[in-house]
Amino acid sequence: MPKRTDIKSVLVIGSGPIVIGQAAEFDYSGTQACRVLRAEGLRVVLVNSNPATIMTDPEIADATYVEPITPEMVEKIIAKERPDVLLPTLGGQTALNTAISLHQAGTLDKYGVELIGANVEAINKGEDRELFKHVVEAVKAKIGYGESARSVICHSMEDVLAGVETLGGYPVVVRPSFTMGGAGSGFAHDEEDLRRIAGQGLALSPTTEVLLEESILGWKEYELELMRDKNDNVVVVCSIENFDPMGVHTGDSITVAPAMTLTDREYQILRDIGIAVIREVGVDTGGCNIQFAVNPEDGRVIVIEMNPRVSRSSALASKATGFPIAKIAAKLAVGYTLDEIPNDITEQTPASFEPALDYVVVKVPRFAFEKFPSADATLTTTMKSVGEAMAMGRNFPEALNKALRSLEKKGSQFTWVGEVGDKAELLVKAQVPTDGRINTVMQAIRAGATPEEVFESTKIDPWFVDQLFLLDEIARELAAAELLDPELLRHAKRHGFSDQQIGEIRGLKPDVVREVRHALGIRPVFKTVDTCAAEFAARTPYFYSSYDEESEVAPRTKPAVIILGSGPNRIGQGIEFDYSCVHASFALAEAGYETVMVNCNPETVSTDYDTSDRLYFEPLTLEDVLEIVHAEQAAGPVAGVLVQLGGQTPLGLAQALKENGVPIVGTQPEAIDLAEERGAFGRVLREAGLPAPKHGTAFSFAEAKAIADEIGYPVLARPSYVLGGRGMEIVYDEASLASYLERHAGLISEHPVLIDRFLDDAVEIDVDALYDGQELYLGGVMEHIEEAGIHSGDSACALPPITLGGFDSKRLRASTEAIAAGVGVRGLINIQFALAGDILYVLEANPRASRTVPFTSKATAVPLAKAAARISLGSTIAELRAEGLLPAEGDGGTLPADCPISVKEAVMPWSRFRDIHGRGVDTVLGPEMRSTGEVMGIDKVFGTAYAKAQAGAYGALPTKGKVFVSVANRDKRNLVFPARALVELGFEVLATGGTAEVLQRAGIPSTLVRKHSDGEGPNGERTVVQLIHDGEVDLIINTPYGTGGRMDGYEIRTAAVSRGVPCLTTVQAMGAAVQGIDALVRGEVGVMSLQEHAALINAGRK
Amino acid sequence: MTAPAPTEPRPWRERVPAVLVLEDGRTFRGQAYGAVGETFGEAVFNTGMSGYQETLTDPSYHRQVVVMTAPQIGNTGWNDEDDESQQIWVSGYVVRDPARIPSNWRSNRSLDAELAAQGVVGISGVDTRALTRHLRERGAMRVGIFSGAAVAEPAELLQRVLRAPEMKGADLCAEVATNEPYVVPAVGEKKFTVAAVDLGIKAMTPQRMAERGIEVHVLPANSTAEDIYAVDPDGVFFSNGPGDPATADHQVAVLREVLARKTPFFGICFGNQILGRALGFGTYKLKYGHRGINQPVQDRGTGKVEVTAHNHGFAVEAPLDKVSDTPFGRAEVSHVCLNDDVVEGLQCLDTPAFSVQYHPEAAAGPHDAAYLFDRFVELMRGDNKHSAELMEGQRA
Repeated sequence: MPKRTDIKSVLVIGSGPIVIGQAAEFDYSGTQACRVLRAEGLRVVLVNSNPATIMTDPEIADATYVEPITPEMVEKIIAKERPDVLLPTLGGQTALNTAISLHQAGTLDKYGVELIGANVEAINKGEDRELFKHVVEAVKAKIGYGESARSVICHSMEDVLAGVETLGGYPVVVRPSFTMGGAGSGFAHDEEDLRRIAGQGLALSPTTEVLLEESILGWKEYELELMRDKNDNVVVVCSIENFDPMGVHTGDSITVAPAMTLTDREYQILRDIGIAVIREVGVDTGGCNIQFAVNPEDGRVIVIEMNPRVSRSSALASKATGFPIAKIAAKLAVGYTLDEIPNDITEQTPASFEPALDYVVVKVPRFAFEKFPSADATLTTTMKSVGEAMAMGRNFPEALNKALRSLEKKGSQFTWVGEVGDKAELLVKAQVPTDGRINTVMQAIRAGATPEEVFESTKIDPWFVDQLFLLDEIARELAAAELLDPELLRHAKRHGFSDQQIGEIRGLKPDVVREVRHALGIRPVFKTVDTCAAEFAARTPYFYSSYDEESEVAPRTKPAVIILGSGPNRIGQGIEFDYSCVHASFALAEAGYETVMVNCNPETVSTDYDTSDRLYFEPLTLEDVLEIVHAEQAAGPVAGVLVQLGGQTPLGLAQALKENGVPIVGTQPEAIDLAEERGAFGRVLREAGLPAPKHGTAFSFAEAKAIADEIGYPVLARPSYVLGGRGMEIVYDEASLASYLERHAGLISEHPVLIDRFLDDAVEIDVDALYDGQELYLGGVMEHIEEAGIHSGDSACALPPITLGGFDSKRLRASTEAIAAGVGVRGLINIQFALAGDILYVLEANPRASRTVPFTSKATAVPLAKAAARISLGSTIAELRAEGLLPAEGDGGTLPADCPISVKEAVMPWSRFRDIHGRGVDTVLGPEMRSTGEVMGIDKVFGTAYAKAQAGAYGALPTKGKVFVSVANRDKRNLVFPARALVELGFEVLATGGTAEVLQRAGIPSTLVRKHSDGEGPNGERTVVQLIHDGEVDLIINTPYGTGGRMDGYEIRTAAVSRGVPCLTTVQAMGAAVQGIDALVRGEVGVMSLQEHAALINAGRK
Repeated sequence: MTAPAPTEPRPWRERVPAVLVLEDGRTFRGQAYGAVGETFGEAVFNTGMSGYQETLTDPSYHRQVVVMTAPQIGNTGWNDEDDESQQIWVSGYVVRDPARIPSNWRSNRSLDAELAAQGVVGISGVDTRALTRHLRERGAMRVGIFSGAAVAEPAELLQRVLRAPEMKGADLCAEVATNEPYVVPAVGEKKFTVAAVDLGIKAMTPQRMAERGIEVHVLPANSTAEDIYAVDPDGVFFSNGPGDPATADHQVAVLREVLARKTPFFGICFGNQILGRALGFGTYKLKYGHRGINQPVQDRGTGKVEVTAHNHGFAVEAPLDKVSDTPFGRAEVSHVCLNDDVVEGLQCLDTPAFSVQYHPEAAAGPHDAAYLFDRFVELMRGDNKHSAELMEGQRA
């Protein structure tokens, strides 16, 4: 039965901003779905507030709404577009929850919109723990396998003690009922623990109830990805085994596909349970993910949970197998069956099969704990990683080593030099799962731990432990061998050792190892990911490297451009760069090039096998890229390597690639260096007559102190060659400077530290521009809402700028052009300016695609990354204007007067992190970037656009209620007008002592509330923190005092995060929010698609 | 769980070199795995990612050298429960990365040790993907593996490979089947008796029948119709097995008697090919066969797709697009492989007989097709109206 004929238009909901646990994988899945549905002739309506996605590109859907994903806004879109159906299973939990809300509110019924992909009952059965328990029971009754973890509900300590017996002894998990955020839960290893935790739990629980659950910590963990069609055909796309045993969220675990340590009997039991669960839950046209725990002692299987939708694991499974789960899920949702859908890779065989892998896939998470020093880095069942890298090899060690070096993080690779450390200490350390535990395990092995000891300490399956021992043995042999003979070198490469690792062990430079290796003819081959273990010929060139015999790279005739992607998502280098790489691929393919993508991030659109002509799923290190270039040069002509779109990762490789004879297209490495190297850049600015804040470059404390003394404190200190403000701090005095240099010794060891004068109270401006050597195309000018000193990635901004005048924009254009020409840009450049006291300072210039390129492109309806790619390959701006890729006239600096305002707002991961005492981490913004994602709000006026951006990021701004205001002294002067406006809008203002006094003097009524540090009043008067926890505060404005951040502010802000109350930490944001609230109160907020937006701008251009 | 016993994996440099030579001269070098020596057979590849123990002990692999496409083999060791027969049948084994230690709570010893103990010559460290692609493009062919004293000049090794017998025309069932009849008792209440002719039967097959209340009388490959009817069967079953079905004239003749007597019949794999021949269809050798546990088969009656375990190098040649007239009335193709339209099942419409080319007993593989054993039970339930309905249902 082919596709349904009653569906003409479909609404797809995306997942919104990138947050921990819901990241770029949903751009990948949503993009696939939209493209497939459009290819089926359906009108696709998309809503997603995240501008950095490919899915929100105007050409991916028919009507693209970059609007907040709230039930209210989605209802407006439904009312306007009247779609026949809603597909909610490809936008993560956000889409699913929104769809459920729309269903419960009766909106779907009201507009006659049918939910496809999953029905409400199935979603509830999959998501609700109690209902899912019944599902598992029903499955057991049917097939005899599968159960939930055993548990008992207790109301007294006697119940609790008896409960432990029922569960079969310690350890047990104690979960108090109805406490916020799982407060009071914990593991009890003995009666003493139990009395303490359960006693506290019973007290905390409003119903004096705790749930005791058997502990499955240390069990083996598996996942299956399943798909089911309307004819009840079910396939298991992939099995995944977690290297880290139960207790670590699967998103934070090292995972391996396919499962490595199951016999067929055991695997088939999981498969049978999985199929029975998907049937029982009733997911009838789509995919789901099911997680299992398996007792390593006896094979007992516990079904942990299922996601009745496409998930992060499905993205991983798709990339690991070549089976495009999201695409197929979309097709199933509109009525196809699995056997009617061809397998893209073989073209000959249908999708109703189960992929066979002849390689091993390893995924490793990437964390950002360095950005949140106070956060507890212990891995738990709450996901904390911000990205991941995946690698493939022909054996586990090869894949593991490749994955670890894909992380591109100091210390992520195994090392066999340096102090070994104490075995016992290392084994104790390895007991606690943390970022880098695998490295600790390897150190323990180096220190002489036995396999038994490692297993006892970590419960990592002995097979995996043995593989680590294998690596250690090879490393020892490398160290001990008199000669690095070809057999040994080949043996090491076959197990994934990098030239750098081998060099380190042998005391050689990696370049020397590479030269020796090449001289000996030891090079990797490239194998194809083909879904079928070579049973059928593959039509899709999706490659990974391995040290094996036969390569499968086919010859080609067209010139190729190799595009280097951005690697694992991390704070500061996220999906925005993937967007630019994907655009380059599309544009260059259109211009007649063969596009070759290199990346190792499974969550992205760039690693989709049909984004580029060829895909190499490989680490982005010099060694790996050189081998790809070699293979491609052998296959046909290579025009060059494009490094400027993937962020700092490829940029960092540019110089070395060029030195190895690899042609770099676009901006040359020397130019990149010119912008990065402060001294050289200073000369560029001087020649152009542009002012920069006073600054200097230091290699030591003495140098740094001298510079700071000359400039005067406060200064902005940061390491060079980093992205996302890593290590950037405002330093107020000499002691802080000394401590800064000490703390960042690691970052500074290779590159100097930059010291800048810190501009207080400056307006920060971001510019994205294209330059071809002759002409400048000003892509867009963004005015930051927050002042300079807050990282541009964490600051909200508006485009077109809201307060800058014609004179400013003329100055910006002239400065941008002078810098672009002086540096020698061919492609994109991003420059940050600060306007302070009418002087336009140049803060920094980055001759590459910036984080804001997708935002600017969408706000101005011009594909900047595509244009940059073309310019890199020699096209001029004039040619691109003539061709229509760029507007015939004008640019992003000359937008029509009625151009809608676009606001970008950053999304912070505060709620994910707790310190070791279980308290939230502080939410104050600073010069180091910590946001994981962004949203965009578009409207005719700034206030509404800002309100939309807030709604997309954190939930809607309130239009009435109580606002709590507490600001630092320096902000008090700026507080008066917005506070008055809030009162006029009908808000009740709450304030603590100092702020209340200021308000009173200005004649603004406010209610005095107690500070947290005051504690509860004699008559039970609550503190502001208590009021927030009690849900009585609707909006919080709290700017931090001084440097350290006082406890009061900390308590207020963390309470806001835990209650989900909007909390603004700058007065500028307060001003913007007032405008937003004003807009919300005064008028109907409409919705507009990007396509309408583009038409409006283009009409204005003519 | 007990942590792994301290084992000292043999240092890689001390491994015995081994060489694999295909009959077209392509050669792969690696290290000896399992026994050291030489072996010959038909080179075939298996794409299963789990279930090597079942594969190795499947009698259908007799005289075949099996190349595993999954690169890491032996991870779960060898246990005493998952054998599909009394011994390992493959004549040689080709893997890329063998496990150094087994890890599974049911494991009794390592795969390496089991292969060596049973004298199975294997090779590891081979680019199994390159080898698989070669076999896919050129077809299954003869191969030799040589290690230790067996290694000689390449030309000499190739001569030895070329002297080995081919699979086409090989009559192998008797070599793997039981010599003496034996009975697998029904689990619980006995409902039916089945005479199962062992052409290379896997242990899971009688077990799946026994679970359904069938007492299974497993009979030798050369059993006659008299032998079969001596157990007074409610149904007759022909198993899977190795070799070329074109050689199985005796079994074809026996099956014709069974069909003529309208005794309910079910065949698997080799049994399917024999039913095909009994109905007058031909059989042919596939280029490289189906060996794996992920093959999509469509039940043409219900339209449903099942993911199934396969192990066959030969197939039945029957028209897909029409009902055929046979000496036993009308018959049609009931199941087809969606990858390549190979006939995967036959259904008689006027005689209570059906068969499938693949492995509903799985082991290794998915359990999607286990319903076929229920169909056999329905057929034997003897109530003709019911089975007629069933057949009609299947045709609809």
